[in-house]
Amino acid sequence: MAKKNEEVVRGAEMSSPDGSRAISKFRVSDLVMIIFVTVLCATCVVPFLHVAAKSISADSYVIAKNIYFWPKGINFEAYKSIFKDGTLVYAMGYSVLVTVIFTVLGLLVCTCAAYPLSKKRLKGKTFFTFVLMVPMYFTAGIIPSYLLMKDLNLLDNMWVLVWPLIYSPYNMLIMKTFLQSNIPDSLEESAFLDGASNIQILTKIVIPLSKPIIATLALFYAVGRWNSYADNMYYIKTDKLKLVNYKLYQMVASASEAQSATLSEAAAVTSTPEVLQAACIMFVTLPIICLYPFAQKYFVKGAMIGAVKG
Amino acid sequence: MAKSNASALPKVKNTMSWKNSFKRDWQLYLLLAFPVLMVILFSYAAYPGLRMVFMDYKPAKGYDGSAWVGMETFVKIFKDKDFHRALRNSVVFNLLDLLIGFPMPIILALILNELRFQRFKKVSQTVLYLPHFLSWAVIGSVAYTMFRPSTGLANIALMNLGVIKEGIPFLTEKWHWAVSYLLIGVWQTMGWGTIIYLAAITGISGELYEAAMIDGANRWKRMWHITLPGIKGTVVTMLIMNLGRIMGSNLERLTAFENSQVKDFQYQLAVYIYEKGLQNGKFSMSTAVNLFQSLVGVMLVLIADRVAKKLGEEGLL
Repeated sequence: MAKKNEEVVRGAEMSSPDGSRAISKFRVSDLVMIIFVTVLCATCVVPFLHVAAKSISADSYVIAKNIYFWPKGINFEAYKSIFKDGTLVYAMGYSVLVTVIFTVLGLLVCTCAAYPLSKKRLKGKTFFTFVLMVPMYFTAGIIPSYLLMKDLNLLDNMWVLVWPLIYSPYNMLIMKTFLQSNIPDSLEESAFLDGASNIQILTKIVIPLSKPIIATLALFYAVGRWNSYADNMYYIKTDKLKLVNYKLYQMVASASEAQSATLSEAAAVTSTPEVLQAACIMFVTLPIICLYPFAQKYFVKGAMIGAVKG
Repeated sequence: MAKSNASALPKVKNTMSWKNSFKRDWQLYLLLAFPVLMVILFSYAAYPGLRMVFMDYKPAKGYDGSAWVGMETFVKIFKDKDFHRALRNSVVFNLLDLLIGFPMPIILALILNELRFQRFKKVSQTVLYLPHFLSWAVIGSVAYTMFRPSTGLANIALMNLGVIKEGIPFLTEKWHWAVSYLLIGVWQTMGWGTIIYLAAITGISGELYEAAMIDGANRWKRMWHITLPGIKGTVVTMLIMNLGRIMGSNLERLTAFENSQVKDFQYQLAVYIYEKGLQNGKFSMSTAVNLFQSLVGVMLVLIADRVAKKLGEEGLL
């Protein structure tokens, strides 16, 4: 689908007035636009270059405020103390675990909702769609949810980070739209006539044909879980059950007040708080930055399908 | 959304009896049971808890033991100075967010669409999407690294250049904070926001541009008279969706930029709900404000949708 769109874009550009005749004519407006976009891009890259440089620089240079985008006195002490201290490493492993469980279960719930609702013939379809869409527009709010989790015995429990958010109306809509427009009814009808059951059709035909959208939604689920921590703030008090992003937030929040990072006292003495903080930020950010260039195109695909529905 | 979809399809009257359709599709209903169970258990089951807005809810006494007080909680809230401050901040900051943040992706999409070099366009799109994939914890901590008065990169650079003598408190003085908070918000959403508009732009027929070219319309005229009208529907839809967020703010975003010097502006409804409720144990008040917030949000969306339809746009619902 994205490919098709790209072709359309390119086609439009070719046939666009400047495209056909004046493609070689480079105007001032072109230059202005390129500069504008470049500056915006720089704001997305420069801060991270700086933090990365800081995280592997020697303390003396950082204290002398001498670090811009290139590290000086390269050393990895700060990263070593992160590993020696272990809390962030543990949180990272734990976050990966929660994210994987969340993603797998999320895709399962999403498919279970989207596949039946993509069928025009399903009786009660409007009713079920309504039931499954209301939570997108209206939620009871923090306190009633908190008390509900308490009643369900989920407070201070890893599963509170999994179950409540597992069903996402938004992702369900994306998948439903994909199924409706990409899986021809005739294909399923013929399988049906051959005696295949609904579940056989789903597992043997629909899921293999839906791999691109499943990849996209897997990334939506994974990044969503990885990055959000509001539920962590509400429901979890135990340190061991906090996600790595929440840990980072707590460290920086306390640091912005007290001017010192708090991995633990022992780790903090080996590096100045600033270097250590930079290293912590990089440690938490690196997985996303490494994964992101490869995953990006799947995201765009999903967002486009979402946009069509929008 | 769901509704518009249903009405767009040709309405086939499902005449089959429940018994027969269940016989045929029982497996589909079985699949549906899982998500339905999830929403009942984790969303609908929380709705009855809303009755606490008419109670003086005490955590120790529970729903049964707490006294009914009618509208007293609401009266208390509308007299509460903290609530006034939170409401003012929420409305002002979200309106500013909308004012600055909403046009930005549209402008950026128009510019990206005009870029000549495909390779440059691709790379810059990839880079511009990046902030969308970072948590507020990361963005907040990077922002502090960049903007702290004495050790932030921006201040160090400006001081070394001799532009300023003392560090600018970008994030630690409320008026500076307001600007930084808003701009960082725009920065985070602008790239990702372009996708929807770029997708809409691809739907515009190339013939229109050709015709305009023959008539001698230059780039800006084509942008103004073809591209913008072409994506008007999408713009209206996005505007309606964004209007619903006038009341609610993102707690993660607010707490990521929290510090004691900026409490005056940072204290918005999301913070009020969180702090009053979970930290100070004022459950009824917190829930009432939460309810007020979501009801106003839903109402704004409905009104905006009605207005859009009156103006001849497609609307959202």
